Amino acid sequence: MAAAPSGMKGFYVTIGVVAAAGVAFLGWQLSRRNSVSIPANVSVLPADTAGFHGYMLGTDSAPVVVTEYADYECPYCADFDIVTFPDVKARLIEAGKVRWRYRDFPLSMHKYSRLAAHAAACADDQGKYWQMHSLLYQGQPDWASGGAAGQFRKYAGIVGLDLGAYDQCMESAKYAGRLQASYDEAVALGVNSTPTFLIGGRLYPNLSFDQFQRVVDSIIAAKPAS
Amino acid sequence: MKYRMSAAVLALVGVFVSAYLLLYKMGRIGTLACGTGGCETVQLSRWSQFLGVDVALIGLLGYVTLLLLAMMGSRPAAATQIAPSRWLAVLSGLGVGFTLYLTALELFVIHAICRWCVGSAVIITLIFVVSLLDLRRVRSAVA
Repeated sequence: MAAAPSGMKGFYVTIGVVAAAGVAFLGWQLSRRNSVSIPANVSVLPADTAGFHGYMLGTDSAPVVVTEYADYECPYCADFDIVTFPDVKARLIEAGKVRWRYRDFPLSMHKYSRLAAHAAACADDQGKYWQMHSLLYQGQPDWASGGAAGQFRKYAGIVGLDLGAYDQCMESAKYAGRLQASYDEAVALGVNSTPTFLIGGRLYPNLSFDQFQRVVDSIIAAKPAS
Repeated sequence: MKYRMSAAVLALVGVFVSAYLLLYKMGRIGTLACGTGGCETVQLSRWSQFLGVDVALIGLLGYVTLLLLAMMGSRPAAATQIAPSRWLAVLSGLGVGFTLYLTALELFVIHAICRWCVGSAVIITLIFVVSLLDLRRVRSAVA
């Protein structure tokens, strides 16, 4: 029961057509997601920053305010967030000594920084900023090499965001102005590397927990007793 | 031979369906073309892994194996060999069993239906059916 050559030819043509259609479909899906981008150097409107001063953690009565200028694609920022920040949070922020203020400083050398910061801003829309923030840093090696938009959407699902609202937020680039304002603020202060910390009016480069504690304690000690 | 050829074409479609779901799991594709939202619920659930391996990867490897088997069995020289028919029937039968387990999870545990998973269930069931028909054909040809 050998197949006729014409039957084999028809079979191979069918396989070829299905393979071509499948490859085209996958290629289209991959390129579609990569097309999401957040523009840089946009004009900042008053509405972009109204009532927003950064992503805050800790009590507003804390004696010291620390502002972190960071970039989601910067490896040093990821190291800080994963290694040092848990101690800072537990022993300084939750102890009531520090109010933390996170500001985005997406460096132009990093392809996905602005997209990551925008994904975090969209998570903030749904009250899940810090969960998304942690996932972005923890997953940095997975997305920095490519496919970032898809990874961010996956994180959005993991932290429990409404994905329809998240997509709308990302596609509209609604926080492009806010990101630009944050970037401009850092530039105006003279920030030129990440992470940089603004504490008591002075800029500090990456600090260990012990260095943080010393700086914070010295500022608290220098404050007049109320 | 037409049964094995049909199995090869179906397996190739299955390769692309599972590759699509795997690319989503890897974060390379942002939105699943699903319509109901159930696909993402299923794909992001802890049940999207089996023994620590992505179900989509298991599906991809399974369909690639079935595709190779059906392609080799479709050669004129293999027309009356029973081994390809048996292997296709056994492997696709295992696939149907695994699909039943996954579909039960969707219906009774996750409470969401992924259309792409339903598509895969239809594909593997059809491969199983044509494999059984092919097995019957070869047995009657050999007898």
